[in-house]
Formats: sequence, C-alpha cells, structure tokens
Amino acid sequence: MLQGWIQIALTILIVVAITPFLGEYMARVYLGKPTVLDSVLNPLERSLLTLMGVRSRSEMTGWQYARALLFSNLAMSVLLALILFGQGWLPFNPTGLSSPSWDTNLHTIISFITNTNQQHYSGETTYGYFAQFAGLGFMFFVSAGTGLAVGIAFIRGLTGKPLGNFYVDLTQSITRILLPISIVGAIIFMVAGMPETLAGPVVVPTLEDPNISQAIALGPVAHFEIVKELGENGGGFYAINSAHPFENPNGLTNLIEIISMMAIPASLIYTYGAIAENRKQAWLVYGMVMVIFVGFVVITEIGEANGNAAVNALLGSPSPNLEGKEVRFGWAQSALYTVVTTGTMTGAVNSLIDSYMPTGGFVTLSNLFLQIIWGGQGTGTAYLFAYLILAVFATGLMVGRTPEFLGRKIEKREVVLASFLLLLVHPLFVLIPSAITLGFPDQLAGISNPGFHGLGQVVYEYASATANNGSGWEGLADSQPAPTGLWWNLSASVSLLGGRYIPIICLLLLADGMSRKQPVPMTVGTLRTDTVLFTGITAGVVLIMGALTFFPVLALSPIAEAFQLAKGG
Amino acid sequence: MASSHSNGSSRRFKVPRGPRGDRKHTRKVSMAGIYQRAIKDAFVKLDPRTVVKNPVMFIVWMGTIVTAAVTINPNLFGLVPGDESNERWFNGLITLILFLTVLFANFAEAVAEGRGKAQADSLRSTRSDTTARKVLADGTVQEVSSTALRRGDLVKVVAGEMIPADGEVTEGMASVDESAITGESAPVLKQPGTDIASSVTGGTRIISDQLMLRITADPGQGFIDRMIALVEGAERTKTPNEIALTVLLAVLTQVFLIVVATMPPLASYVQSPTTVAILISLLVALIPTTIGGLLSAIGIAGMDRVAQFNVIATSGRAVEACGDVSTLVLDKTGTITLGNRLADEFIPVNGHSMPEVATAALAASVFDTTPEGRSIVQLAEKLGATLSFDQTKAEGIEFSARTRMSGTDLPDGEEVRKGAVDAIRGFVRSRGGNTPPELDAAYERVSKLGGTPLGLCRGNDLYGVIYLKDIVKPGLRERFDQLRRMGVRTIMLTGDNRITASVIAQEAGVDDFIAEATPENKIEVIRSEQAKGRLVAMTGDGTNDAPALAQANVGVAMNSGTQAAKEAANMVDLDSDPTKLIDLVTIGKQLLITRGALTTFSIANDIAKYFAIIPTIFAAAGIGALNVMGLKSPQSAVLSALIYNALIIPALIPLALKGVQFRPLTADQLLQRNILIYGVGGVVAPFVAIKLIDLLLPLA
Repeated sequence: MLQGWIQIALTILIVVAITPFLGEYMARVYLGKPTVLDSVLNPLERSLLTLMGVRSRSEMTGWQYARALLFSNLAMSVLLALILFGQGWLPFNPTGLSSPSWDTNLHTIISFITNTNQQHYSGETTYGYFAQFAGLGFMFFVSAGTGLAVGIAFIRGLTGKPLGNFYVDLTQSITRILLPISIVGAIIFMVAGMPETLAGPVVVPTLEDPNISQAIALGPVAHFEIVKELGENGGGFYAINSAHPFENPNGLTNLIEIISMMAIPASLIYTYGAIAENRKQAWLVYGMVMVIFVGFVVITEIGEANGNAAVNALLGSPSPNLEGKEVRFGWAQSALYTVVTTGTMTGAVNSLIDSYMPTGGFVTLSNLFLQIIWGGQGTGTAYLFAYLILAVFATGLMVGRTPEFLGRKIEKREVVLASFLLLLVHPLFVLIPSAITLGFPDQLAGISNPGFHGLGQVVYEYASATANNGSGWEGLADSQPAPTGLWWNLSASVSLLGGRYIPIICLLLLADGMSRKQPVPMTVGTLRTDTVLFTGITAGVVLIMGALTFFPVLALSPIAEAFQLAKGG
Repeated sequence: MASSHSNGSSRRFKVPRGPRGDRKHTRKVSMAGIYQRAIKDAFVKLDPRTVVKNPVMFIVWMGTIVTAAVTINPNLFGLVPGDESNERWFNGLITLILFLTVLFANFAEAVAEGRGKAQADSLRSTRSDTTARKVLADGTVQEVSSTALRRGDLVKVVAGEMIPADGEVTEGMASVDESAITGESAPVLKQPGTDIASSVTGGTRIISDQLMLRITADPGQGFIDRMIALVEGAERTKTPNEIALTVLLAVLTQVFLIVVATMPPLASYVQSPTTVAILISLLVALIPTTIGGLLSAIGIAGMDRVAQFNVIATSGRAVEACGDVSTLVLDKTGTITLGNRLADEFIPVNGHSMPEVATAALAASVFDTTPEGRSIVQLAEKLGATLSFDQTKAEGIEFSARTRMSGTDLPDGEEVRKGAVDAIRGFVRSRGGNTPPELDAAYERVSKLGGTPLGLCRGNDLYGVIYLKDIVKPGLRERFDQLRRMGVRTIMLTGDNRITASVIAQEAGVDDFIAEATPENKIEVIRSEQAKGRLVAMTGDGTNDAPALAQANVGVAMNSGTQAAKEAANMVDLDSDPTKLIDLVTIGKQLLITRGALTTFSIANDIAKYFAIIPTIFAAAGIGALNVMGLKSPQSAVLSALIYNALIIPALIPLALKGVQFRPLTADQLLQRNILIYGVGGVVAPFVAIKLIDLLLPLA
C-alpha cells in the first residue's frame, strides 16, 4: 500500500522538477532566443519553411492565424485520407490489410487531426505499418504542434505581444520540442524492450499446446509510442494501447510514459510565467492545478485500493480492484496513469477505465469536463488562462473597477469568447448527442452495461471526443461492423470537430483582442491576479462554472453507481 | 404682466431648501409613493416586449407559461404518474412562484426608476409654458409663448418672472433664484460679459431688476429638459460592463437550458423519469435570476446616487468610469484650497517704506473686484493708505492669462501693476528698471509659506511683494490618503510658482502637481496620463476648460460654469463644488462592487440549489444520500428552492439600491472581504434558507 503511494509521490516530484527547465526552454524557443540546438535547427527550419512555401515570417492577426491553422489542418487531413483509403496499394503492409469502411477512416482522420486519437478500430488488425507511422505518426506531430502553436499564440496575445506566425510556430514546436525529445525517448524505449521493426508478425507455437500457433504483432512501435505520449495523442499502435507489453513493457516505460504525458502541459504553465515575466503567477496557477490533480489522484487511488466491497466479500479478504489492470503495473501505477491520461487529454490507457470503481469514473469524467487538469497540448494551458479571465470578470468587479487581466480590460468581446469556449461548447457537443443516443439506446448506442454505468459510457464517449482526449470507458458497440458503428463514427466526428476548432478559433480571437488593448498601469486599486486568494477564487470558478454543468450527469452515473455498489447492488 | 407673474409663483418648487451643508440629499421624495407606483409598473413591465430585453427573466417568463399549461393539463407532455389533483396543485404553485419571480425583478427595476421619475416630475413642474417678451429686430416687444422661442431670439425678463428658456445675458444685471435646479436658495447675480455669470437656465426665476437674454436652446432641448430625460432614465442605455455581464448571464442561461433540455432522455434511460414542471423549476433555479433581476436596478440606482449628490450624469457609462478613474486632475484654487486667497502681508523692497507699498498696492487694486483684489484693498486701507488720484480719470487694466498681471493706469500716465512675480519682473525690465536681489528673498519667503507672492511695481520701480495666503480645505489630506489607498493618484494644477505649489501640494497631500500651469496645460496633463493607460477625471467651469473636459474620461462641469463647459462634460455638478469629484469616484466604485457582489452571490447560490433539487427528483436513482439538507420530499425541495430563488430578489433590493458599503481599502483587501461575504456567503446562505423554507412548508 505504502509503496504505491511512494511511487505516485515520486512520479509527481519528477514532473515538478522538470517543469522549470522544460518551461524555460519552451519560452526561449517561442521568444526566438538562442537555444542549444540553433546551429543544427536554424538552417533546417529555414529550408523547411522555404520548402513549405512560407515566404514571410511576419506576425499574423487572430483570423490569419486561425485561417492558416484550419487550412493546413485540412491539407494534412487530405494527406492522411489518401494514405488510409489507399493503404491496400501502399508499402510496409506485411499483413496485407485493406482499407476499412469509409466512416471508420473518416472518424480516424478527424480523430487524429484533432489530437484526440479516439479509436473505433483495433490498430494491429486495421492499419498497416505505413498507415500507422507515416499517416497516424505524422498526425502525432502535426496535431500536437498545432495545439502548442495555439497555446503559445494565446500566451503571447494575453501578455500583449503579437500572436506570431502559425507556420513558424508549428514548425518550431516540432523541430525544437517534440522531435528532439522523441528521438531520445524512442531510443530509451527500444532499449527498454519495445519493438522497432518493419517485419511482419511472428508466428510461434503456444507454450501450452505446441500444435496451436499464435501470431504476435510487431511493428515500428518505440518511436510511435514516445510521441503518442509526449504529444498527448494517445492513439495506440495496438488495440489495447499501453496495456500491451510491446507498448509499455515494464515499470520504467510506464514511468516515462506518465512523465511524457504531463511534461509539456505542466511546463507550458511555467512558459507562460516566463513570457509574462510573472513566474509567481505561473507557480500559483500550477499549484492550483496540482491541488485538484492530487485530489483526483487520491480519490481514484483510494477507490481502487479499497476495491469492490461486493467482490471482497466473496473473496473474504480486502483486495484492491485489479479488474482490467495489468499486474505488472499494479493498482497504484494504473490509477495514476488513468488520472494523468484523462487529465492531459492524451487518452492512452494502460488499464481498462470501464472497470474502475465509480470513484475512478467520477474523476475521469470530471477531468474531461474541466479540461485543465494539465489539459490538452497547448490548448489546456490556454483554457486555464481563459478560466482566469472568466474568474476576473465574474469577481473582479468586487474591487470597484471594471475587470482587467494583466492590465487589459475584459469587455464584451472577451466575455463572449471566453464563456462560449469554456461553458457552451461542452454542453453542445457532449450533452446533446448523449441525449439523442440515450433516447434511442438500442438503435444507436449498443451499450454493454445498461443502467447508470451505461449512461456514463455514452456521455464519456462524447466528452472524450469533445475534449479531444480519445480514451473511452468502452463497452459501446462503436466500431464497424457493429450496426451502431456508423452512428458512433459520425456523431463522434461532429463532437471531435466542434470540440477542437470552435475553441481554437475563440482562443485565437480572444488573444488577438487582448493583445491590441492598451494596458492600464497597475495600482493598489487594481485586482492582483497573482495572489493565493485570487488563485483560490479561480479554482472556485472552475469548479462551480465548469463542473456544475455536469452535476446532473455525474449524479446519474458514477455517483448513482457508487450508491448502488454501496448498497451491494 | 401681473397675471403671468402670479401664474408663475403659484407653481412653487417642491425642492426642500436649507443650508448647503445638509443639502447633500435634496430632492427627497416620498418612498411610499415610489413603491405604489413601482407595484403598478411591475405589472406593466410584464409585457413580453419589455421582458425580452432581459434574457434571464425572459426564460422565467416562458417557463411560467409552460407550467401554467401543465397546471391546466398535467398530462400535456405525456402521462404523469400519481394523483392528478396533487400534480395540478404542485404545478399551480410552481407557476405562481415563477410569476412572482418575474414580478419581483420588474419591481426592483421599477423601484430604482421611481426616484428618478419622481424627481423628473418635480423638475417638470418648473417647465411650464410661460409668456415671454420677445424683442424683435425693430426693437418692438412681442408677447409669445415660451415654447415658440428659438435659438438666437432676444427676450426681456423682469423681476418676478420665470426665465423662459436657457440663454445668455446680453444686458442688465439681476439676481436669479436657481433653487429649482440647484436647491441653493441664495440668489445668484447674473450680468453680461463674464463667462460664468452670464448664462441663465430656463425655469429659474429672476427676483430683482431685469435682464435682456439671447436664447441659446430650442424648446425641449434646454438644460432642464435634458435633466428630466436623464433622471427619468429615458435615455438610459446599458453600460459596456453591463452588456458584458448580460452576455455572461445569457451564456449561463443557455448552458443550463441545454443541461435541462437534455435531461429527460438521460433520466428515462436510468428509469428515473421526471416531469416538465420539475425540469422548468430546475432550470429557473439554476439560471442566474438573482443578478438577472437586479442588474438594471443596480445601474439605475448608481445614477440615482449620483443625482442625490446633486450631480447629473449624462450616462451610466460616466458613473461606471468614475470607478475606474486612476488619476484626478484638480485645480488648486477652489478645489484644494478655499476659493479665495487673501492678502496677508506687504513686503517692501528697493528701500520703499511700508506706507509707500500700501499706497501702491491700493492703487494697483482699486479696479480689481476679485476677492483677492478686495483683500489687498482692505489690507492697504488697514495700513492707512489712501487713494492719491482721481479714480474716475484712471483706467483699470484687467488680468489676463497672457500677461498674468493687472493694475491701473494713473491719470498722470504712471502704470501701477501687480501680478505674477516674473511677469512684474519682466514688466519692470521692459521699462528700463532693474530688480533688486531682495525681491528673490521675499518671493522665496512667501513661496515657502505656501502663499502666492504677487509682485508690485509702479512704472519701472519695483515696490515689493504682496503675500496672498492660501488655505487648504480641512479634511482633504485624509481624503487624498483614502484615494491613494484605492490606487487613485491626484494631480494638482496651479498657476503658482513651483515653490508655492510644492508647499501646498505637500500640505494637502496630493501625489503630484503642475506649477505655473495655464488652462491649456490641463489637456496636456490629461493626454499624457491617458497615454499611460490611466483614466482621468477632472472638474472645470470655464470655456477654456471645455476641451479638457471633453478629453477627460470623467469631466465634471460646475453648474455655475459656461454652457460650453457643461456641454463638453459628462457630468454637471449643480452645487458647483469641485471637491465632489472625490465622492464620485467612491460612488462609481460602489456601483461596480455591488454589481460584482450580487453576480458572485447569484452564481454561488447554484451549488445549494443543485443539492436541493437533483437528489430529490432523482431519488429513484438511489442518490437520496446527496440530499444533505434532508429536505422532506421532492415537491417540498423543488418548492423551497424556487421560493428561495424568488424571495432573494426583493430581499436584495435594498442592497441593490443603496449599494454595498464602500470602504477605502486596497483591491486585495476589498476582494478578500467581498468574496468572503458574497462568495462564501452565497454558497452557505441558500443551504440555510432552503432548509428553513422546507421546514415551514406545510407539505408532506
């Protein structure tokens, strides 16, 4: 028991220790200051940008940035579509897989370009190596880079700087942050035992009966795995994701995967502090997220450690809940992985979230609803500061001035954009499709566990799509050729797109407007946002405004389930 | 003529009079009358075209109609299990409470408007049609109705008559009773020429002599007409901050609309169906009805509080801007120091004797009618000086901002001058004289005492220095300290030299000062402050203040000031008391704090409402343990939450109207205090109140 808690504490400590270094490094990259890799990367980036036809590195307005982002994402999607639909003709396909149904491809394309990686398919039996590493792997970098670009443009705008140039930001996010770390990580993963090969599956006789043979899927996994975690992508090479021994062989890889997921979103808060030249505020906000995160970890861990009372009664002894978990990770590292993967919008899993106790269900759903418990690549940090803006607006009047954040007035435009992206997108793309699906559960949903848990499965699926997380409670007949597969593929695609691009446009316009405002100098009459008090108020606003929307859903699913279990149901 | 006189005097002004000190809250109107009228208006405002302007209340109003429908037929949206008459009673009660919620919100707004309307009525009584004597081009007089007067017309008014429209005095000198607009009972002297004393306002009464006026406003556009429109709120538009807040409330309303609308399939899926009436109740409980119902009342009350200070704000925006002001630009004279400096001492130089200096000072000031000039005359006479020339043959030289001196040209051609020391120095030098070193010593001595030194000369011979003593208004230092704690900087503007200015600045405790300033400097100071992102407030009265008043974010014109100043400003102080600027900052802040406090309170209330309603209506889902308040039954829980939701609006009306008590604290202290009261209080209060209502409700 104690060992589990020590593991958790150490993992968190490592992340905290990395934060200032990676955060400072990212700030230097995005501020255009000299960094270690300049001698190699400057010429490389120059030629890349020339190759892409980016003629000027000039600053973009919010709309220009958003347009560049949308069109380039569209172009990348077309590229992926060509690969997925044409995989029958493409090389590196040792098992000779043909293209799956059009709606599976469509859902996969949207899911990967939006940095979600919700998978309505099994990796090893659906997409060949080329589709995986050239198609999906390409998306790992560019969708994460897109998110980082949005995050950094938002930070720049908030601190009164021009937003920057999308093409430059996207390129540098990949060349200076994602790629270097991935190269090192991939080598470590290979050493730790992950395959990195283009050879086809190995067919071996099973140990129990030499007459029965088993195909063991291989593939170029190691390099795929590191950026899957680092870029908060989460799409598994294999169907069971990081529970698979080739995607997550041992405790060390598990630790590196957890740290990789948290590293960038956590450090980006520090990057904000470095760019705003207010590291104190960065650490306060970091502390706020950390407190909620640790709270969520504790709730989940206690639930898993105590296990299911009904099962324990049958066993006659207390036992942690190990259903759906890999024994090589145990309850503690599995639960930590799950809280991190849902909070960071990675969506990779090393255990089955569906099998978690209702406490875990509560936390994983809440993580998707809040979207800031580290949050998505780049976007999570932007959401976090958008929440600060909302908190300033809602409570800042109480100091007797019209609200201002970092000396810039929060006016109608800011309120429209911030409240729309933080408060309205989720109900629109989570609750409405959930209600439609649950209105016709038999025709549309294909729920494996009816009742409270089934309601949670449906809501979770849409919440995961809208929050661009990608994990699932699973248990839904959401893959082709199930009759409900088409509905799931299409309706989830709507949530994926709505949950990705509407907030991104809102964030960029918000940042653009803020950057153009004349700053008001600070006086003692100005609301200070870098205090413990205000950070606490922000936490209150996050919990009340962000979570109250979902209180009924939480009450009817994990909470009701918990009471049901407590009654011995 | 006599008839028009008696007609006018029969319309007495309803404004109470009194000494200036206790006149801060003039225009008290009967609150009972306001409430009666507000109750009537609350029903008038039920008109959907009015309600739709408030998105939150519009949803409640729509909900009321739906619950009324399910009161008539409980099974309208599908069969509802249970006793139909019980269901009908329950839905009927919900309908009633929702209706009352809308009514209470309307009432809050109507009460806030009531005071302004009553004030407008009393003002309107002064705006009667009177007969005016229009002077035609050929000099003949024609009696016309005051409504027929146009801009540019010449009219003649005599003692006892009402001034028919706003105008400018072209001839004559008379005292005018302006109590109808200022509440000040002492009559004011009006005469042509001077900026300030020459403008008259329609609706005021001339009580002695007669005046010739040139009309400056067309009918319906005079000062009183504009005032009526303002206090009545006819021109009230939402302020930028109100609009932004309305947007947030509208988004929250839409969010909860989606939450509630998507609930039926979810609830049915887990076999815990609920009724339309309960869903509407949940929706109304969750949307921010408290702030939605009180928002406009808070804004109107803020303008009204300014009006009670005898200041007319041209827009709510101006009041809101007061709260944001971070720099006050204040004139020294009249604002920081008591209006008039008085001569305290003569300091002879150049070997002149005291009687010589006194005689010269008397000669220089004999035509000077300003209080300062008269005080010099008094001091000189006290020292035994007498006039040594025939005043009728001498010529007075008026002070001008350019020369910065005044004086007298004596019959013998000798020029006696007094004025700013460097101006006098220049004058003496230009006439071949020289300035003794003692002058500097005298100048410095006076300056260091915080007084204003005036140079005095006769031709090229420097006689001495007149010490004008300045007195800082009592209590100002504390006010400036308060302002500083709120983060407001004060800048004093004065024509005095640097040393004098710094002494007064230090004595009064202002943050910064601009010495030797001309009126044109004002606009420069304002621009440079605004360039640093600060909002600036200032007062002014002269025509040359008008550009600065227009440039400032909050420009307060004195009512005694010129028409140009009043038009450029966004507030007019009827008492012409420039110190009020400080109070206006407080009122602006109070308005914003009240709005923020009630918003926070309203949103924080949602937690308790969720905990009251969700566990009880979904009791079938086995989440009864979340009913932490232990409410008796689903029906009692829903009704208790709704009753709380409705009653909290009238309960908070006094707070919305009076405003949250303002304390001069720093932003951090204010936030801490208010978040504790309205944030934490907003979480806790409804838990207690809903539980109490539940206990009192005679329901099973």
